Formats: sequence, structure tokens, C-alpha cells
Amino acid sequence: MLTLLVVLPVLGALLLMGVPNADGRKDGLVRWLALGVSVVMFGLTLLLWSRFDPSAEGYQFVQRVPWIPAFGISYAVGIDGISLMLVVLSGFLTPIALLSSWESVQKHVKSFSIFILLLEAAMIGVFLSLDLFLFYIFWDAMLIPMYFLIGIWGYDQRVYAAVKFMLYTMAGSVLMLVAILGMAYLHSVATGSYTFDIEKLALLEVAPRTQFWFFLAFALAFAIKVPLFPFHTWLPDAHVQAPTAGSVLLAGVLLKMGTYGLVRFAFPLFPAAAAYFAPFIAVLAIIGIVYGALVAMVQPDMKKLVAYSSVSHLGFVVLGICAMNVQGMQGAVYQMLAHGISTGGLFLVVGMLSDRRHTRLISEFGGLKGVMPKLTAGFLLLTLASIGLPGMNGFVGEFLIMFGAFKADPRYVIVAGLGVILSAVYMLWMFQRVYYGPVTHEENRTLPDLSVREWAALVPLVALAIFMGVAPNVFLKPTEGAVRSVVERLDMVRTERVQRDVRPDVLPLTSGNDAPVRARAEGR
Amino acid sequence: MLPASFNAASFNAAVPMLCAGAGGLVVMLAESWRRKGERMPLGVLAFIALAATAVSLLFLWGRNQTSFGVITADNFGVFVSLIIVTAGLFTVAFSSQVLERDGIAEGEYYTLLLFAVVGMVMMAMANDLLVLFIGLEVMSLAVYVMTGIRRDSLAGIEGAFKYFLLGAFASAFFLYGIAFTFGVTGSTRLDRVGSFLAAQSMTENPMVLLAMGLLIVGFAFKVSAVPFHMWTPDAYEGAPAVVTGFMSTGVKAAAFAGFVRVFLAAFEPFKADWAPALMVIAAATMIVGTVVGVAQSHLKRMLAYSSIAHGGYLLVGLVAANQLGKAAILFYLAGYAITNLAAFGAIALLGSRESARDGLHDYAGLWHSRPWVAGLLTVALLSLGGLPPTVGFIGKWYVFTAAVSAGYYGLAIIGVLSSVISVFFYMRVVVMMYMTDTSAASSPVPVAGAGLAALAVAVAAIFYLGILPTRLLDLAAASIGSIF
Repeated sequence: MLTLLVVLPVLGALLLMGVPNADGRKDGLVRWLALGVSVVMFGLTLLLWSRFDPSAEGYQFVQRVPWIPAFGISYAVGIDGISLMLVVLSGFLTPIALLSSWESVQKHVKSFSIFILLLEAAMIGVFLSLDLFLFYIFWDAMLIPMYFLIGIWGYDQRVYAAVKFMLYTMAGSVLMLVAILGMAYLHSVATGSYTFDIEKLALLEVAPRTQFWFFLAFALAFAIKVPLFPFHTWLPDAHVQAPTAGSVLLAGVLLKMGTYGLVRFAFPLFPAAAAYFAPFIAVLAIIGIVYGALVAMVQPDMKKLVAYSSVSHLGFVVLGICAMNVQGMQGAVYQMLAHGISTGGLFLVVGMLSDRRHTRLISEFGGLKGVMPKLTAGFLLLTLASIGLPGMNGFVGEFLIMFGAFKADPRYVIVAGLGVILSAVYMLWMFQRVYYGPVTHEENRTLPDLSVREWAALVPLVALAIFMGVAPNVFLKPTEGAVRSVVERLDMVRTERVQRDVRPDVLPLTSGNDAPVRARAEGR
Repeated sequence: MLPASFNAASFNAAVPMLCAGAGGLVVMLAESWRRKGERMPLGVLAFIALAATAVSLLFLWGRNQTSFGVITADNFGVFVSLIIVTAGLFTVAFSSQVLERDGIAEGEYYTLLLFAVVGMVMMAMANDLLVLFIGLEVMSLAVYVMTGIRRDSLAGIEGAFKYFLLGAFASAFFLYGIAFTFGVTGSTRLDRVGSFLAAQSMTENPMVLLAMGLLIVGFAFKVSAVPFHMWTPDAYEGAPAVVTGFMSTGVKAAAFAGFVRVFLAAFEPFKADWAPALMVIAAATMIVGTVVGVAQSHLKRMLAYSSIAHGGYLLVGLVAANQLGKAAILFYLAGYAITNLAAFGAIALLGSRESARDGLHDYAGLWHSRPWVAGLLTVALLSLGGLPPTVGFIGKWYVFTAAVSAGYYGLAIIGVLSSVISVFFYMRVVVMMYMTDTSAASSPVPVAGAGLAALAVAVAAIFYLGILPTRLLDLAAASIGSIF
């Protein structure tokens, strides 16, 4: 079942490769085929959800096939509530991304569709992997299609943005690779056999000093991906230069890989180090919330504005994770979904505007409300969802995160609350400048409103943004069990520490219980 | 006087060399009997000779044959030899079109290629420092000439001359190292050297250190490790791309085989002395190879620096020196050979007689004019950069696993970071091919079937080994189990 989710897009891509389309005459067929595959994929993810048992513990639909037995590497996939939601999100956004590029992508349609499908396979693979090796492969493999999507179909500065995106992500992830290898090695020291299975590695007692370094390596990889302040500088470039489909998937799914990695790997594998670092990361997240919002406010370019708003929103997600309680983490997972929907939608609408006018500058627009009322309505709803209006999806996530963060440390919430206000300021200000007032540019008077195809892309997003706001439990319920088990694991370490009466701030650096690492460091 | 045990079976381990050597002689003779204007399928002859070599190697697998005590066809030697022969086979497949196009004399070329293979196989199987040296020289002399085989190319002649002068110098160092080793241990046989040194590993002997230092210099030159890499960019750039592909894989594999045999078997007892030196060399090689590679605007030169960097990753496996490290070297060599052959093969196929077309700008818009070749070259470059799901990733992962499990976290971190830098320059080529508009006046050259088929096979192997590496990993592990 899960394997099918990874294999089907790849098969679809191979099928497309076989369609002879050198002169672009069969573009229509290629687009429909790709869309068909992605819609079937979405159907499959929904089927998965319907069969998912939210009350069961641990991973479901697990499949393990030995792959490189000498190193205990297996093809291991499985889902819990957290990954289920993100898989569904990936399945949902891919057809929308394909729809969004129906007219804006005209060159090399076949390759474009192939890369989107390969990207979908890699994205879903990341969320399904229960084996660190497999996870790393999908994590890195995902870079290749995204690199080409930005680099070939992007805007003017696309090559720069594509290379920057690739190098930033890789620089973070290779250090994670070293940490992954280190974990497998420690497991072989402890038990005599290598393994990359996260369930087995989670049982491993890692010395605090080792945890300290390994956590840093993992957290750096994920922090770059999220992106957490101050590792966010690749994001505005990549988002702004990427084609609309790329931006939608980048904002909608790829950024979630970073936060997903924190929840799934960095925190549970290294609980002691996580407890030590959480306040620092939370501070960075809060800086990101306020900084992203402030920078977004002054952007003249709509796409850049939405990109910086992502920095701000993802800061909330990380804050929720760092709260390390059920409310915060559930809010974080919920906010991942909400951000995927609303920001993905915002990029979509900005892409539609830019398709029509070939500019994304706010100053080029104004008074669009009268010209294109349907698009305006869609954009308004997504804007409200993004700023967290009660009754919309953004509110539930932010509320839960704030609640969780307040339990962890009330000071967080005071500053982070500022971000909520600022987000309303920059989003509504942009909305006002673009859609209200007189029409300032003559060419804007004749812009067409939404086409049928654009309706098809936009309506599901808007509907879901509202649905998630009024019925959050549909989405919260499946994640509860998974989140609870992560939190319990973290709590266990904290209570242990209290019992041992060890001062948390000195623990990772000065514990004597780090024999393997220290011995080897000296032996060198 | 022949020893009593002398019989036909004594030659068993030498059969692969004899196959390739006989092939070389046949090609040479056929060439000299050729009438003017007559076309001879010399490439096919060379291919058959190499195929025979490969078959004889497969027969030797797992039999642990020894010839005259100095040539030992253990699994390690067979494994490396198979890599070398594969490199030869691919090179022959790419060559037929290139030789005709560039007007290179076929007879000489294939003869030298086969003799180089003989030398390389000899290095891979040598159990004696002098045999190792003979193999090294046979290989090197053939390769020096192949580097400058285009007599109308000044760059080729310059590269060949530099390579020859510096190579001769390094050979002298190497020979000196052998002399000192003999002076200390009284033997040049690696097993005897090893047992002698193991018996007195506690005593400090400056002569041993000197011998090791000299041998390291000799090997470091051949694997183009920093700071003995100066010849590499010039030779790789000057040589025809097919020859570069062969040099950068075959020579490297043979030299690493010798390196491993001498330092992980014979000089293993003195690991504490040589490991720090090699660690510094490995780190410097990775860093210099990638950092200088970034500044290159010439594809062959860039790949020359990349191959220097790959030598550095291989050295990491050598420094780790555990079971994993040894197997990792073998696996990495195999993966790297396939990948680099594919990359240089693609470059060779795209050139023309007038210009090698290997400036970075010659690749602008290649995707539009030749989507398939561009796609295959992209896969090779991604594999060189170590991105999954290609064999390059598995190789790097294996080497760094070895380093981490030996406690060399620092080397592993330098390695992964430099591989990120290297991705930057591989990506420059990809950017050129896909994201730049076609350069003017690049009339597409027809690409021959054999070359394209070989390229496709290589790329299929890159994916196969990248997704299902288990078989080769097991073979590599089995290869080192037998001797060390």
C-alpha cells in the first residue's frame, strides 16, 4: 500500500518519458496523464486515511524488506498520524501544482510533468521512511527534481536561486549524514549489528555528549529546511524564482519536511539534547516569527512577501515543537497542514496574477476588486486563513501553539503574539494595496477573472481552509496518538533528569558517561 | 634451473595478464601487416582480448591462485582487475568513433591500451614490491604515450611531457622506498615484509619510516593526492577524453590496489606512524580537489580536480583501515570507475576533430540539441556529486561509514562538506546544459551507436548499483576477507 504511493508517481514519470513529444504537439496528453496520475495518488492517500486507525499505537501499514542486510539497512515504510497528514497534504497539493502550471508552463511540458511526479514520489518517500538511510535517500533525491524545476522553469534569477537552494540544503544534510552514520555505528557498538531503523535506534541509550553533537547535526539540516532564522536566506530566492507549481510545493510540502524531521527524528532520537536545546531553538523561532513578519511588511514583491510570511509561520511551528507538550506539538502539526493549504493557495493566486501581468510588484496593481471579483474573494479568504482569523485553519494551529508555548514559558507567547498582529498588518496591507482603491494601471482593467481550470485549483484550497477551521478535530484526531508518544518520550527524559537532580544546563557538556566518543577522540 | 614445483598450473594467476598482453601483441602485429588503406577491426580485437581477460578473471574468483610467489590472484586482486578490465572495455567501446574522428592511429592506441591493462592488473595482483614496480612502469609508460597520442595537439604533448617527467621522478622515489624496505627487512615480498615488520613493530626504526615515506610519495603521485597532484590537471586536459577516462579510472584503481596491499598488509604494523600522514594528505586532497575545481571553466580540467577529490575520499577509506574501509575502497573504486567512464565517454562522444568541445560554454543548451546525451551526462555528474539514488552516493556513504566507525569524525565531516562544494561545480555543467540557451554554431555531431550504447550501459549500472548495491557490497566484503 505505502510502496505503491512511492512507486506510482515514478511509474507515471516513466510512462510520460515514453510519450514521444519532441515538438510539443502532445503537450495536452502529457498534462492530462500527469494530472491523472496525481489525482489517483490523491485518491490513494485518502484511501490510506480512511483505513488508518487513529487509536492504534505505533506505526501502521508497516512494510520491511531487507535491502542492504550487511548494514541492517532495510526498506522500511510505515505511517503514524503525523506522517499520514503530511502524505495526504502532498497528494492534495500535487494535482493543484500541476493545474497551476497548465498555461504558465509552455516549454518542455513533458520534462516539467516528469519532474513534478518524481518530486511527489520523493516527498512522500520522506514522510513514509522508517529507516534513516532510506529517509536520507529520499531527502536528497528530492533536491534533484526541485533543482530542475526552479532552474529551468523559474524566473530571471532562477539559476542562482536553484544552486543556492541545492547547496544550502545539502550543506545541512551532509552533516546529518555523518550523524546518521554515527548512530548506526553506536548501535553496532552496543548490540553488535548495524541498523538504521528508527524504532531500534530510538531504544539506544546515547551518551549526552554524543547526543549534543548528533542533535546539532540533525537540527541544522532541518533548521535549514524549515527554514529557521538565521538559515532562511535561501528561501526568498527559491520561492520568488520558482515557477508557481514549484512555490506551491516548496511552501506546501518541502518546508514541512524540516519540521517533520524535528518531530520525527531530532527530538525523539536525542531527547536529552532536545530538552537542552529547545529553549534556544524556541528563541530563534520567535526571532524568525517577528523578523519574517517585519521583512514581509516592506516587500514590494507579492511573492517575496508571501515567502517571508512563511518564515514567520514556520517559526510558529517550530515554537510549538519546542514547547514539547501535547498542545504545542499538535498545534505544530496542525499548523504545518494549515500553512501548506493557505500559503500554497496564496502562491497560487500570486502566480495567477503574475501569469496575467508578468509582474508581481504590488505597486503595479490596485483596484483589482472590481476587475476580478472571484479571484479577489479567493485571495481574501486565503489571506484571512493565513493571518489566523478564528473559524479559519490558521487560527486553530496558532491557538494550540500559543497555548502549548504558554505552558512551557509564558514569555514566548508575549513576543510571538506580536507576530500574529504583524501578520495581520502585512497581509491586509498587501490585500488593500492590490485589490482596493482605484485602478492605477490601465492594462489591469481588462484582466480576465478566474478560468475554469483556475477555479478547479483554487476552490479545493479555499474550501479546505474553511473546513479545517470549523472542523479541526477531523485533522487533529489522527495526529493525537503519534504526538502523545513523542511527548511522552521527551517527558520521560525530563523527569529522569529531575529525579537525578542534574542541572540541565551543564548536562550535555560535562557528563562522564561518554566513554566511546571520548576514547576514540583521544585514540586518534 | 626450474624449481621442482614448476608446471602449467604455476601460470594460473598470470593468465589474465597473458590474455591482455597477447591481445596487445596481436593488435601490434596486425597493424604492421596492414596494407595501406585497409580497414581492420582492431577495436574488436582489443575488445575480444579484454573480454577474454575478464573471463579468465572470473575463473580465478575464489581460487586464491598464486604464480611464482609474486603474483597472487586473490579475490582482492581479481576484484580490482575486473574494475580495470571494465574500464578498458568501456574505453574501447567509446574509442572506435573517436579514433577515426580525431585521426589517431588505431594500432598504436589499442596496443598501448592493452599493455596498460597488463601493467595495471600486474599492480593489482603483485605480491612483491619489485613486481609492483614493474607493473607500475608498464602501465605508466603506456599511459604517458597515450596522453600525448594526438601529435597535433600541443596541450596533449605538454601534458604528456609533464606527466612523464614528474612520473619518472616519482618512480625514483618509489624505487628508493623499495630499496630501503629491502635494506630493513631483507625481502621485497610483501608477505615476508609484513611478517618481519610485525615481529619488530615495537622498535623504532628510522629506516622503516624513511621507506614508508618514500613509498607514500610514489603512490600519492600515482593516485594524484595533494601535494603530488600537479601533473593531473594538465595531463587530463591534454589527453583525448577517452584516454582521460581510462587514466582516471584504471590508473587510480591499480595504484590504490598497490597502496592497499603495501600499507594495509605489509606495513600494517606501523599504522600508527603512517596513518596521521595519510590523514593529512587525505584531508588536503579532498579540500584542494574541490575548492580548486570550483574555479575551473574547462570541463575536463574540472573533472581532473574532481578526480583528485575522489582520490581523497578513497584515501579516507585507507586511513580508516578497518574491514569496512578496505571493502569501501573496493566498492568506491568500482562505482567511481563506472561513473567517471560515463562522464568522460560523453565528453569524448560530443567532441569533434577541430575542437574537443570541452569548454564549459560548449555545453550550453546541450539539453535542447541532444537530450539523451545530456541526460546521461547529468546522471554521471550527479553520481560524481554523490546524490542518491546513484552509486556515487552509496560509495560515499560506505567510505564515510568506515571513517566514522574508525573514529575519524573529522575526516568524515571534511569529506561530506567538500562533497557539497563539489556538487556546486558539477551543477555548473548541469546549469549550462539545461538552463542556458544554445550556444551559437554548435552543429550536432553524429554519435555512434557503440558509444551511446556503452554510455547507456554505464548509466544503467550507476542506477542499478545505486539502488541495489547489496551484491557488489557483498562481493567487495568477500574480496578483502581473504587476505588481510
